[in-house]
Formats: sequence, C-alpha cells, structure tokens
Amino acid sequence: MRTVLVLLRKEFLQIFRNKAMLPIIFVAPLAQLLILVHAADFEVRNVRLLVSDMDRSTASRALAERFNASDRFHVSFTAQGFDAGMHALDAGATDALLRIPVHFEQDLGRKGSAPLMLDLNGVDGQYASLVLLYSRQIIANEQVHVIQRMHGSANVPRPPVEVIPRYWYNLRMNYKNLMVPGLLVVLVTLVGMFLSSMNIVREKEIGTIEQINVAPIKKWQFILGKLLPFWFISLFLLAAGLVLGKLIFDIPIEGSVPLLFAFAAVYLWVMLGLGLFISTVSDTQQQSMFLSWFFLVIFILLSGLFTPIDNMPHWAQVITWFNPVSYFVDVVRLVLLKGSSFTDIAGHFAAIAAFAVAVNAGAVLNYRKRA
Amino acid sequence: MITVDHISKRYGPVEALKDVSISVPRGELFGLIGPDGAGKTTLFRMVVTLLLADSGTITFDGHDVVSDYRHVRRNVGYMPGTFSLYQDLSVRENLEFFASVFQTTVKKNYDLIADIYGMLEPFADRRAGALSGGMKQKLALCCALIHKPLVLVLDEPTTGVDAVSRREFWEMLKKLKAQGITILVSTPYMDEAALCDRIGLLQDGKLLRSGSPQDITANFDRPLYAAICKEPYPLLLALRKLPELDSVFPFGTALHITAKEQLDLPALHKELARQGFSDVELQPIEPGVEDLFMHLMQ
Repeated sequence: MRTVLVLLRKEFLQIFRNKAMLPIIFVAPLAQLLILVHAADFEVRNVRLLVSDMDRSTASRALAERFNASDRFHVSFTAQGFDAGMHALDAGATDALLRIPVHFEQDLGRKGSAPLMLDLNGVDGQYASLVLLYSRQIIANEQVHVIQRMHGSANVPRPPVEVIPRYWYNLRMNYKNLMVPGLLVVLVTLVGMFLSSMNIVREKEIGTIEQINVAPIKKWQFILGKLLPFWFISLFLLAAGLVLGKLIFDIPIEGSVPLLFAFAAVYLWVMLGLGLFISTVSDTQQQSMFLSWFFLVIFILLSGLFTPIDNMPHWAQVITWFNPVSYFVDVVRLVLLKGSSFTDIAGHFAAIAAFAVAVNAGAVLNYRKRA
Repeated sequence: MITVDHISKRYGPVEALKDVSISVPRGELFGLIGPDGAGKTTLFRMVVTLLLADSGTITFDGHDVVSDYRHVRRNVGYMPGTFSLYQDLSVRENLEFFASVFQTTVKKNYDLIADIYGMLEPFADRRAGALSGGMKQKLALCCALIHKPLVLVLDEPTTGVDAVSRREFWEMLKKLKAQGITILVSTPYMDEAALCDRIGLLQDGKLLRSGSPQDITANFDRPLYAAICKEPYPLLLALRKLPELDSVFPFGTALHITAKEQLDLPALHKELARQGFSDVELQPIEPGVEDLFMHLMQ
C-alpha cells in the first residue's frame, strides 16, 4: 500500500505541474458542458417559412397569420406563384414553403376540406420532421377556428379520439434536462479514458517504464497508482458538472446523488480499464489518442445521448448492449429525472460491474513487465 | 556474480544474440563493446529481467533471472540507454521517488551517492528536464544507485555526453567499483574499453572476444603501423592497392595499417614517393582495442 501511495503522490505532482494539461483536465470539460448544452438543443425556432398564397382569401390569410403568431416561424409572403417559392427553397432563402392553392376558402366551405402543400428542406431530416410536426399543430388549430366561423361554435364536431400528451419526468420536454446529464457522462468518460490511456504510454515514450519494470513494484500496485488519480479527478468533475448543471440549467435531481456516484465509481473502472488496455497496445501517445478516439466516437454516438437507442436498427441496438456509455447515460437520466432507486437500476449495475471486471482483467493480463 | 550461458535471441528473422556466454565475477567492471545494433541492449535487458531469452540461462548472484526475477529486481540498478527520468519532477523528487519504489530512503544510502549527488545538490529543486546532459546522466546514476544494488547495469551511459562528463563518469564508476559494486556497462566508444577490467567485443549478436583489454590486444598478432600525411584519403586508396598490406583504416587523422608480415619501411616509403606521396610518416605502433575490433570485423 505504501508503494501505491508513493506512486499516487508522484502522479498528482506531475498532473498538477503540467501547465498545459491542467486547464484541459479541469476547465475544458466544464466549458464543454456549458457550450454543448446549447449546441445540442433540438428545439426548432425561427423557421423561415415562405407562404405562396394563391387564394388571397380571409381563410388563407388567417392561416398565414397563425404561423406568424407562433414564435417558431418567421413568415414572409411571395405573390409570384409556386415556382418562385421553389426557387427560394432551392437557393436556401427559406426553410419551408407553404403553398395555398386558389379556391382554398371556397373548397373549405363547400366540400369541408381543402388541400395544402408544404415543401420542406429535407437535408436535415430531424429538422424537417420537427417543422412538419409544428406546422400540423398550427394547421389543426386553425381548422377548428375555420369550422367555428362557418358553422358556429356549438356545431364544432369533437374529434373521435383526442390525445392529450403529458411528458412524465420532463414535463416541459426541456432538452437541457436531457442533455446536461448526458453531457456529464461524456465529460467524465473523456477524462477517464483519454488521460489514463495517455499517461502510461507517456512513461513508455520517455523510457521511465523500464526502470519501473525493473523495480520491485507489483503489477497491481503500478496500475492502481496510475488509474486512481484519474478516478478521483473524474469523480470530482462529475460533482462539479452536477453543481454547474443545477446552478445554471436548474436540472432536476430527483434521485439519490450518492447512488449516482456509486454507479459512476464502478463505471469509471470500465473506462479507466479501457484506457489501460489501449496503453498496453500502444507505443506512442498518438497511437493511444487515435485508439481512444475510435472507441469514444462509437461509444458516444451509440450511447443514446443524441439519438434514442429505440430508433436504431436492431443490429445497432445489439451493439449498445456492449456499450458502457449507454448504460451510464441511461442511469444518469433515470436517477436525475425519474428518481430511480437502486433496485430500478440493479441490472445496469450488474452489467457495468461485469464490464469493469472483464476489461480490467484483460488489460492487466495484457500488461507485461517482461517481454 | 553474473553468468550468461549460451544465450540466443531472435526478433523475427533477425538474430539479435547468437550463443553468447559471459561471466562477470563480483566487484568487476565489465564493458560490453560493440557498434549500434550489436545486441548490447538486448543482452542487458535479459540480465535485468525485462526480456526473455529464446535459449540459454543467465544467473545473477547465484539466482536464475527468469525463475528468481524478484531477487534480481531487488538487487540491480539499471540505467537504460535513454536517461529515464521524470522531466517534470525536480532532481530531489526524482531521487526520492526511485528511493521509495525500491523501499528505501535517500538518507539511508546517501553515503553511496554522496560524491555524485554533491555535484547535483545546488540544483536539487530544478526540474530534471532543465538539466544539462551530463547532469541528467549523473542524476540517472544516482537514481539507479539509491537502493544500494549489488550490480549496476548501465546501457550506453556515455552516449551523447560531452568529453569532460564522460571522463568524470568513468571516474565515478571506478569509485563505485572500489565500494564492491559489480558493474556491467556497454559502450560504442572503443577508447572507453581500456577503462574496464575486462571487456567483451560484441558484433552482430556474436561475442567475438572477451578478456582484459591487455589480453585482447595481445591477441593481435599482425604488425601494425600508423601513417600520417596531409591528404589521408588518396593515401588510403593507394595503400589498399598494395598486396603486402592486410587492411588500412582511417583512425582520426592517421591511417592504421595492418600488414601480413613485418614491413620494409624504407621500401614502402620509396614506393609511396614514387606514387607522389612524399610527406608520409610511417611508424610501428601498439594495437588498441579498436584495431583488434576492426580486424575481427573483417
């Protein structure tokens, strides 16, 4: 144990003396948290909507006005017909084009229905589907008003089925509540995996590992001395991120914070173990950086942080079963937003503990003092 | 103290060591001499338990280095080819770190390093990365010595160090030897061979000769001459054409000539003058280790 303490003292001395790395370790992740939360906001505002109104009736104008009244749309009009509207969409001058054909009001009054056409920029599919969703809501509202105006409010038929949504655990569908916990996972993972993988490789690069290998230090002592500092730093960052999230974004903390840290403590051993494994197969810091990056991109994109895992194809979902990051993203959201207890996430705990044992066993076996 | 017995090692198609046997008694300063790539580092890494041999055995203080590696690791001081120090730790922190990983303290063994560390003491708080090459080398030696090892293994300790520091370093090794420490040192510099008790000449993984520098040079059975002139290169080409000469190598500003038998110097002078080399000075010399090495390498 004394040897481990000696190694720890040396590691912390080196970490806190590295003027280039210190801000990267402590400031960069928290700055990322503050910035990325806004970047990853999936709410769509300020959609530029071009209305090509060929009807020029009360109904068509009322519909356009409704779009304009919504804070999601900036409405402008064109009088030059549909072709000019399409040109604007092609040129990127507008995000969507609403075509209102002639006889819109007439058809609505006589037949009770009238066609509308909405052209969307589908380059960003997610964006387009959100715009469509908002447009549908606005048009549906307007429909009710039109019927009221024509037939009197008593005659408005009730829709046969009406869905009233309620978003549990995140009542206002606030994306920040979803992103902040997820980003906490990312920054803890980044620091844990990158730094641990680079640290041991650095000893290889400068050659000090030779002397350590010759010294009567046991493998587990050396590895513990290497991984513990980053375990502490990562947990510290998680705490700092949580405080920032609460203070700045007012994220809900429904569940038990100690439970969250208990899970993080186990989870970090998986990422640190992976870092260790990478450092045993790399000879230079560049190699270890690229390997870490390769794993992290896959882990983070398949973590359910940005895109729901349920939307992925089955084979990709299978991959996420082996993705430690996805378990932690899940747990952070469950504990913070839903207030899940230990029994609720016992399965996650078991899986992540199994990963921790497997990854570290592999890494320790792969690390050899003797070639 | 150290017995290397029929060691061979292969890296893929490259035979790094071929059936090498060396014996180093306690308290000896043994030098492994050879050019880059001869296999010196490979052999040393095996002695200090960092590398396994394909065949053969090495014993260290009577213990096998493979099965009893713990004994070796407790009792060896190893200085790898690149001075392995933590550049971002200070001189004192480096020393204290290496002392504590060997479960000892700087205080306990200070007398052993007092001479060397005395020169570093004024810079004790300086980062190791900011030291000069010679200073780094001294610090690395202190770090390798701090646990009072039975054996010091130094892999090319003087490579890349200035001439004055090199001389100082060998003085330090002599003092350490006087304290009973067995020293195994490798170097590509032939002039350092004469400073060892015994040397081994290593080339392409083969041990060409081993013995004291005197014995080894005494083995040189050909007459050896030095030639000095203003333009050595044309002379070298001219000499190499002469059938009575075995080999001609440049040696600093002079040429060393190995002859098949005793040369008739006035006749050679005459022959060279005929070819236009009038200012050549020729004289018989005693062979050094390098002469033998060049001879054996042919």
